[in-house]
Amino acid sequence: MALSGIEIYKHLPKTNCKDCGFPTCLAFAMKLSQKSVELSACPHVSEAGKTALEAASRPPIRLVTLGGGEKKIAVGNEVVLFRHEKTFYHPPGLVVRVKDTQSLAEVEKLVAAAAGYTVERVGIHMGLDGFAIENASGNGAAFLKCVDAVAAKTTLPLVLMSSDPAALEGALAKYADRKPLIYAANKDNVAAVAALAAKHKCPVAVVSRDGLDQLSDLTEAVNKAGVEDIVLDPGARDFGGTLRSLTQLRRLALKKNFRPLGYPVITFPGDSASSPEEETLLASQHVAKYGGIVVLNQFDPSLVYPLLTMRLNIYTDPQKPIQVQPGVYQVGTPKNSSPLLISTNFSLTYFAIAGETESSGYPAWLLIVDTEGQSVLTAWAAGKFDADKIAKSVKQFDMASKLAHRSLVLPGHVAVLRGELEEALPDWKIMVGPREAVDIGGFLKRSWS
Amino acid sequence: MPKVEVPLEKWSGKVREVTLGGSGGRKGLTVGGEATLPFLSFEGAMPHPPSVAIEVSDTPASEWAAPLRQAWGDALEDPGAWAKKAAELGADLIVLRLNSAHPEQGNTGPEQAKAAAEKVLAAVNLPVVVLGPEVPEKDNEVLMAVSDLAAGQRIGLGYCMEKNYRTIAASCIANNHVALAKTPIDLNLAKQLNILISDVGLSADSIIMDPTTGALGYGLEYTYSVMERLRLAALVGDKMTAMPMFCTVGEESWRQKESKFAEGVPPTWGQHDRRSLVWEQITALALINAGADIVVLRHPKTVDAVKAAIRKLAG
Ligand code: B12
Ligand code: SF4
Repeated sequence: MALSGIEIYKHLPKTNCKDCGFPTCLAFAMKLSQKSVELSACPHVSEAGKTALEAASRPPIRLVTLGGGEKKIAVGNEVVLFRHEKTFYHPPGLVVRVKDTQSLAEVEKLVAAAAGYTVERVGIHMGLDGFAIENASGNGAAFLKCVDAVAAKTTLPLVLMSSDPAALEGALAKYADRKPLIYAANKDNVAAVAALAAKHKCPVAVVSRDGLDQLSDLTEAVNKAGVEDIVLDPGARDFGGTLRSLTQLRRLALKKNFRPLGYPVITFPGDSASSPEEETLLASQHVAKYGGIVVLNQFDPSLVYPLLTMRLNIYTDPQKPIQVQPGVYQVGTPKNSSPLLISTNFSLTYFAIAGETESSGYPAWLLIVDTEGQSVLTAWAAGKFDADKIAKSVKQFDMASKLAHRSLVLPGHVAVLRGELEEALPDWKIMVGPREAVDIGGFLKRSWS
Repeated sequence: MPKVEVPLEKWSGKVREVTLGGSGGRKGLTVGGEATLPFLSFEGAMPHPPSVAIEVSDTPASEWAAPLRQAWGDALEDPGAWAKKAAELGADLIVLRLNSAHPEQGNTGPEQAKAAAEKVLAAVNLPVVVLGPEVPEKDNEVLMAVSDLAAGQRIGLGYCMEKNYRTIAASCIANNHVALAKTPIDLNLAKQLNILISDVGLSADSIIMDPTTGALGYGLEYTYSVMERLRLAALVGDKMTAMPMFCTVGEESWRQKESKFAEGVPPTWGQHDRRSLVWEQITALALINAGADIVVLRHPKTVDAVKAAIRKLAG
C-alpha cells in the first residue's frame, strides 16, 4: 500500500539539509509518496529508515512468477477489490492438472493438445498457461516419470503437487530451472518443503484447511526459511467457501496491508464440482473473484474457450476498450470495384465484420472510423459515429482514389444516418447493410454485383 | 483472539425488498434485501438468494438456436404450455416476452398480448413478468392491456424506459404491479430513472431495475462493473440505487455467434451444445456475483446449473 507523505517523513532525518534538492524533508516525503522521486536522492537516510520504507512500499499482494521459459505466469500485485476502481492487472494463470496415476501415453496426449491450444478473439491469441502434475500415486519414481513426460511436451510453467518432500526433491533436482510452483507446504511438512523452495529458489504454495490463522503461521514459517515467493491455498473448494475466503484474503491484503497473507491464491474448482461444466463455472468465478492460479481437471475447448473469454473480459481495462487503429483495412485483395463497408474501431465490432466479410468470400474495403473504441450503437448514441464523422473519414482516407465506384455500405443499425450522409457526401450512393455481421455474406451476394 | 482479523464493512444501506405475486391467488416471491455484497455471509445477510426466471415467448421463437428448440420442443408452440413446462423445470418465476408486438415481427396489438398473458397466468401460479418489444409506444399499448388483465396479481411490467416510464408507472400504481426499469449500462441513468419513476408516485418497493445485460464476450465486463457499482452505492446508503437487479442473461447470451452456431465457426470453439450452455451459465454466474437478484434464462440445463451454483454459494 502506498505510504502517505507524513508516514514517510517519520523515517527521514528531519534536518532539512536540502541535499535532495527539496527545501525540506517534508517536501521530499511528499514527492516520494507520489513516486515522483527515488528514496536514494536523500543521502542521509538511516539503514533502519531505508528498511522500514522499503518494506512499507512493497505492493500489498506480492507479484509471484512461475516458469523459466519464454512464457511465464505472473500473478499478484493487484491493487483494487473491484475492477472499476482501477483495473485488474495480472490475469490468473489457467493450468491443467494431470496425475501420475494416469498412463504416460494419456498424459502426453493431453499435454500436447492443451499446450498447443490457442484461440483468437478480437485479435488476441488466448491459451492455457501451464500444467500441474499431481503425485497421486504417492510414489516418487512414478511422479518423476510423469513430470518427465509433461516437461518433454511443453515449456509452459509447471506446478509440482505432492506433500512428500522426497518426491518433490526428485523433481526439483531436475527441473528447478523451470521455476515450477511447489505445491504445497502444510503444517506437517512446512520445514522440509520451505527448505526445498529456498534451496531451489522456486515459489511455494502453502495450504491450510484450518483457517487463516494457520495459513499465516505457515507463510511466516516459509519466510523464515528465506522464501518470499508464496502462493496461498486457503483450503476452501466450493462456490461459497472460495468466494468468501478469497474475498477475505484480498481485503486483508488491500485494506489492512496484512503482510503474512499478501500473496496470490491458487484454486482447484474441479475438486468440489459434480461435472466438467460446473468446474468451468466455478473457475469463471475464480477468474472474477480473486483467483491467481486456477487448476483445471480437464481440457476441452468447448469449456476453455468461454473461460478464456471471461478472463479477457474481466481483465480488460475499464477505462479503455480494446480497440483497433482507425483507417482503411483490406479483406482479401480488394479491387477498385470491391465493396466499401463502414464501421467503428471497437475491436469486437471490427473483428466481427472483418471475420464475416472474409468468410463471405468477397474481397472488400473496410473503413474504420475512430469512435474511441465504441461499438456501432454505443458510438451512435454517444454522438461519436455520425454522418459528419463518416464523411470526414471517407475524405481523410481518400476512399475515392481507391475505388472506381462511389458506393458505401452503412451498418444496418444506423440506417437513420443515410439521409444526412447523402447530404454530406453528395457524389456517393449510400447503401444500408444488414444489422448483424453474420448477414453480410448474404447481403453482398444479393446487392453487390 | 484470532491473529487474523478480517476487515468487515459497516454498510449503512440495504437493498430494497420487492415482492412479485403474493396476491390475487399468485404465489409470492420476494427478491432483494441484501445487507452486504453477494453471499458474504460473514458480514451481512442475504435473506433472499437470487431467483431464476425462465423466458417464454408469445411467438414460437423460430429463430432460437437448435439446443434451445430441442430442449423446449412442442412447448414452443404455446406460451401456456411453455410456462407450465418452465415451472416444472424449476423456474422461480416466468418472464413472458411479447415479441409478436414488435413492429417488425408481426406488430400485433393489445388483444394478442392479453391472450398470451392470459395463457401464461392460467398455466402457472408462479409470479410473472411481462416484457414488451422495447419499442416505447408499442410497449405502452400492449402492456397497458396486460396490466389491466392481471390487476391485483402483482406481476412485473417492463420496460419502463426514459421515453415511457410515466404510462407504465401509472398503470403499476393503478393495478398494484411492479415496474421493471431499464437503462443502458450506466449508474447515473439507472438512478435517474428510479427517481423519475418514484416522482410519478410508484413506491420504491415496486421497482426492479434492469441495468442492461451484455453477454460473455459481448459487453459482460461493462454490465458486471456497473452492477457492482450500483450495489456498492446501495450499500453505502443511496436509496435510489437500492432496487433489486434483473438481468436478461438468456436473451443476450443466445444472440451471440458462439451460442447460435454449430457450423462455420472455428474448430477451436469446441462442441456447440456444450459451449453454448456454458456461455449462458458463465454470464449468469458472473452477474449473480455482481449483484443480480433475478437472472432470466433460456436453457433448462442452465437453470439446473445456475440453481445449483446459487445453492452452493449460499451454503
Ligand atoms: C457494452 C455497451 C456499452 C458500453 C460500451 C461498449 C463499447 N466499447 O462500445 C458502455 C457501458 C460504455 C456503453 C455506454 C453507452 N451506451 Co451502450 N451498450 C452496450 C451494449 C450492451 C453492447 C454493445 C456491444 O458491444 N455490441 C457488440 C458489437 C460487436 O456490436 P456492433 O458494434 O453493433 O456491431 C455489430 C453490428 O452492428 C454489425 N456491424 C458492425 N459494423 C458493421 C458494418 C456494416 C457495413 C454492417 C453491414 C454491419 C456492421 O456487426 C456487429 C456484429 O453483429 C448495447 C446493448 C446490447 N446488448 O447490444 C448497449 C447500447 C448500444 N448502448 C446504448 C446507449 C444508449 C449507451 C449510452 C449512450 C448510455 C449513456 N448515456 O451512458 C452510452 C454511450 C457512451 C458514452 N456516453 O460515452 C444503447 C443504444 C440505444 C440506441 N438504439 O441508440 C444500447 C443499444 C442499449 C439499449 N438497449 O439502450 N454501452
Ligand atoms: S536530503 Fe534527506 S535529510 Fe536532507 S532535506 Fe532531503 S530528505 Fe531531508
